[in-house]
Amino acid sequence: MRWWTFIGSKAMRGPAATKAQQGTADPGDGTTRHDMSDDRIVRPRLRQALCALALATLPGCSGVQHVLAPAGTDAGFLANLFWIMLAGAVVLWIFMNGLMVYVTRINVRQMSPKKAEALIIGGGIVFPTVVIACLLSYALAAMPDMRAEGTGTRLKVTGEQWWWRVEYWPEGADAPIVSANEIVLPAGSRSEIALTADKVIHSFWVPALGGKTDMFPGRETRMSLEPLEPGTYRGQCTEFCGDSHAWMAFNTVVLPQEEYDAWLENAATDAVAPEGEAATRGREVFFAEGCGACHQVRGTAATGKVGPDLTHLGSRTSLAAGTLPLDEPSLIRWVRDAKAVKPGAEMPAYDHLSDDDLSDLAAYLEGLI
Amino acid sequence: MSTTWQPGRIEDETFVTVEGEHGPYGIYPPTEDMLNEPVDPEVSKAQEQRLRKAWAAPAGWRIISAVNNEFVGKWYCMTAFVFMLCAGVLALLMRVQLSVPENDFLDASTFNQFFTMHGSAMMFLFAVPMFEALSILLLPEILRARDMPFPRLSAFGYWCFLIGGIFVLSSVLFGVAPEGGWFMYPPLSTIDESIGPDIWLLGLSFIEVASIAAAVELIVGVIKCRPPGMRINLMPLYAWYVLVVGVMILFAFPPLIAGDFLFEMQRSFDWPFFDPERGGDPLLWQHLFWIFGHPEVYIVFLPSIALAAMIIPTAAQRPIVGYNWIVLSAVGVGFLSFGLWVHHMFTTGLPSLSLGFFSAASEAVVIPTGVQLFAFVATLMVGRVKMILPMLWIAGAMAVFTAGGLTGVMIALAPFDWQVHDTYFIVAHLHYTLFGGMIFPIVGGIYYYYPFFTKKMMSERLGKWSFWLSFTGFNICFLPMHWTGLAGMPRRVYTYPEGIGWDMANMISTVGAFITAAGVLVFAYDLLRSKKHQPRAPRNPWKAGTLEWADDPNDENWGVRSVPFVTSRYPLWDQPKLLERIDAGRYYLPDSQEGYRETIITSAVDARPQHVTRVTGPAWCTIWAAIFTGGAFIFPTFSWYVPAAISAAFAVVCVLYWLWTATAQVPVRPSQDVSLGLRLPLYVSGPKAPGWWAVFITMLGDATAFTSLIFGVFYYWTASPDFPPAGALHADAVWISGAAILYALSWAATRAARGVNRGGMQRLAQGLLIAAPLLAAAGGGAMCFSLMGMDPTSHAYPAIMWGLAVWTCAHTACGVIMQLYCLAGTFFGKLTSRYDADLWNTTLYWHFHGGSAIIAAAVIGWLPRVLS
Repeated sequence: MRWWTFIGSKAMRGPAATKAQQGTADPGDGTTRHDMSDDRIVRPRLRQALCALALATLPGCSGVQHVLAPAGTDAGFLANLFWIMLAGAVVLWIFMNGLMVYVTRINVRQMSPKKAEALIIGGGIVFPTVVIACLLSYALAAMPDMRAEGTGTRLKVTGEQWWWRVEYWPEGADAPIVSANEIVLPAGSRSEIALTADKVIHSFWVPALGGKTDMFPGRETRMSLEPLEPGTYRGQCTEFCGDSHAWMAFNTVVLPQEEYDAWLENAATDAVAPEGEAATRGREVFFAEGCGACHQVRGTAATGKVGPDLTHLGSRTSLAAGTLPLDEPSLIRWVRDAKAVKPGAEMPAYDHLSDDDLSDLAAYLEGLI
Repeated sequence: MSTTWQPGRIEDETFVTVEGEHGPYGIYPPTEDMLNEPVDPEVSKAQEQRLRKAWAAPAGWRIISAVNNEFVGKWYCMTAFVFMLCAGVLALLMRVQLSVPENDFLDASTFNQFFTMHGSAMMFLFAVPMFEALSILLLPEILRARDMPFPRLSAFGYWCFLIGGIFVLSSVLFGVAPEGGWFMYPPLSTIDESIGPDIWLLGLSFIEVASIAAAVELIVGVIKCRPPGMRINLMPLYAWYVLVVGVMILFAFPPLIAGDFLFEMQRSFDWPFFDPERGGDPLLWQHLFWIFGHPEVYIVFLPSIALAAMIIPTAAQRPIVGYNWIVLSAVGVGFLSFGLWVHHMFTTGLPSLSLGFFSAASEAVVIPTGVQLFAFVATLMVGRVKMILPMLWIAGAMAVFTAGGLTGVMIALAPFDWQVHDTYFIVAHLHYTLFGGMIFPIVGGIYYYYPFFTKKMMSERLGKWSFWLSFTGFNICFLPMHWTGLAGMPRRVYTYPEGIGWDMANMISTVGAFITAAGVLVFAYDLLRSKKHQPRAPRNPWKAGTLEWADDPNDENWGVRSVPFVTSRYPLWDQPKLLERIDAGRYYLPDSQEGYRETIITSAVDARPQHVTRVTGPAWCTIWAAIFTGGAFIFPTFSWYVPAAISAAFAVVCVLYWLWTATAQVPVRPSQDVSLGLRLPLYVSGPKAPGWWAVFITMLGDATAFTSLIFGVFYYWTASPDFPPAGALHADAVWISGAAILYALSWAATRAARGVNRGGMQRLAQGLLIAAPLLAAAGGGAMCFSLMGMDPTSHAYPAIMWGLAVWTCAHTACGVIMQLYCLAGTFFGKLTSRYDADLWNTTLYWHFHGGSAIIAAAVIGWLPRVLS
């Protein structure tokens, strides 16, 4: 069992954790690469206790976006690294300031200058040299693995103001499977993620899975992530990108490989027009209002590329780039006045629509699964 | 130590004559007998009267024309402090906004303006100016010089700072403040159509120029204004830190100024330096910004360490332990800090090798920093510590700073930084280093030096209250932020959704912020409350050993009654009769014979007296120069280019007036008796003159900015596969070669003019000084003409070439003005074969400018043909 499962306990991660627990129970898939589990464990019990303490003292932690609740290889290593460094830092801090209190308050007699020189050389030069040499070799050695090329899924994410354009490139595909504002990744394999941006710089980060990488207009950067535990993890833009920077998030859904394959197969299909009276009327509203000029619903006349792809909107877990839950009230609120939810958003307000029209439109959009 | 000093003549290689007219002449160092000889009280009284008259401050409201370091330094400090309070208020408002999730107390745009201004103001309007302000105030006192070497320059810098600071800060009130973050990353800030980014770029460039001016002056102050005998290894640590930080400012700010220049050209004229669609690269800005931005951190931190280095020996009542180690470490930190900038860019997708290198370099800073901190602890160990109030602040600073340093060790590791970069973990880290490494030591320093400036003590009780409030408040505010960051909260979000786990920690931080603010308020009250009825503080109340505490107990403006001869690092502890001799006027320069303000210039390493310099007195032209310089920077914000040009012309006129009427004046007598049997020349030129040093140091900074532009060219070439773009039009080879030749000729003519002028052939020198500006102007014209076919808006390649040409021509304009100034000097008797300092300085300028113009020509005309 990996050590970080101690940290990533069920209580912290909410509903998604049920799947997560199942994911780690299967040691078969994740152990092929980067297995830094048993041999690198430093007193897991202590760490467990520390984390439990930390979580207990700061209530309200759901852990969906937590560096110390790792669910991937890289995040696991880095959380481990943090706990080690924290322990060292606490010891050193107490030493330094304890010494300060000792010489200024407790024992103010004059000590020998020899001792003082020894302190400068020992404390200022010898000791830190050793410590940072160890730290550097330990941490930097892990860097190539974290940046290794992904062997599983390949995807490309483009940062827009303020949402994410997502393209999946299955092996051998000539055209991508387009989606938006949600990343689905298979557990147990390393996925390759190409990153770019539309107008301004953004940064792509899913704390529970690993570090972040910036996205630049006119330039492609890359990263790779190896999620281990199925579940839903929140990610967020971390490079300031304008008014709605705070509302540029997304969910990452990690699925076991088979479920992922099934999901991808569905994602590649065209939209199926949802049934039901409301949804049908909503479809008419959608086209009458010209939504298709900006949004794409594959298999329909809506082919716009300006805004997020809506082909399978109903199957996503959130709306407006991780800003709202995906349900009818949120859809109505969003369509009626997007700028009120996300300042600066380019989508115009549809407040001239009647409540019924909006509700029908929401039914249509929710039905796009 | 004093035994190594033997009486004798100063050996001066150039100017010693039998009469001692043009070089130092007489006895140096003074013998003990000479120092023991009493001064006639009547003579002393007469001297005091003359000194008092020479250093009298203007009366009433005219006081604002004062240029004395004690006045300017105090205004500077208070202004920086007020700007800090403003930036602090912005922080509090942001904390209110973040106290609960999905708050609508501030809207997104306002919040973005606030955090941009909070960071920008704290850095550019508080941290750096505060160092310069304190140093302008303290340095002459620590060195026992009468004043800074160029008092009007400090005044000019101050007024620029005040005007620029008010301009930048007030934009918040009108809701047009920049909102792109204090780092102003393009393309977000280049596509922003409001005037916010222009206010940032132009307003802060203006202040940066003032900062560099102050840095130049401080460096010259440390190198040339030490008291006789204070060899470089006897210099108080504060002076060492000023030197290191001054040099860092000199090399760190110019890359940013070069970046600002490119940025503003893109915004005003659409030259696509950072536009990826036209061959530009937004990452170039990040490099230029952080080449400035990282040293900036140490520029802020080291002066506070310097204050600690003054307070700690006093608290321990013992000389500092490991002086040499500390000096080496300070210099080491200065060097290292220029090799770390990439750690602000760990997430930009750079190659692993670079990340490894910059991780290691960033970690290496631990060593010199650790040495300094341990040296302080060691000093406290060997001393018998008295916990004076300033020491409490220093101890608190140590506690906070070590925590910040330890998180610094964590984030210097690139992989760990990938997780916490741009999260609240970094916000916590940087505030721990800045509060511990800046705010607390500065407040400690103010408690320490307050009695020195005002002859009154601040309250011990209020001081303790203030400390404990700000110390606990600070930790309540920022300690939880480490957690918030690890819990995934990014920086610069104006609000956040409920239920991610950030709610409680944010609320705690807000409470802490207000407790900190209460602590700051208590301090501000203690600082500003009337102390009229308080008794006067005793002279040297903390029983310190350094020279600033030899301050005159009466409120005199002359800085020091007589400039002491120093033989120890802690003269007040080791030279028992020092105080009494200073006060009696026994030492150097006890008089102002002709009513001028004078101070002694000494040699750079051994501090042997070389020259008596007449420093400038109160003036209005500096204020006018600052106002017009402000106009030249501020009008372009609104695209008012004509008023800007007129304003710039007026600024030049004001500066010329100031230089012509007050600098390098031909003295009536060649030398002056400075007492203790020594005569010193009143006029020197070349490397002995402080003015020459100022030009040299300024030009080092200027050359750094030029190098940054050249770096830009090579950066485009390495970062882009298509630079220069295939088939692009290049500069015309004939014209650009002509430009290089013309520049070389102008340069040579200037240098030759200096030589023949010294040789007495003034007519020939005048001829050369007429030819030189014509050649220079022709060179600038040829350089621009060579680029005529290239459209700078089409691609980054022609844009950067035009950028180099514009930069060069602006410098040529300045160089031409200097040549004409010298020419005018020869006609009006201001510049003669003997008194030729202006021509030396102009030649020095041209050494830099001629060289850089030829390099620019090579980069414009020759390099692209080789690269493509």
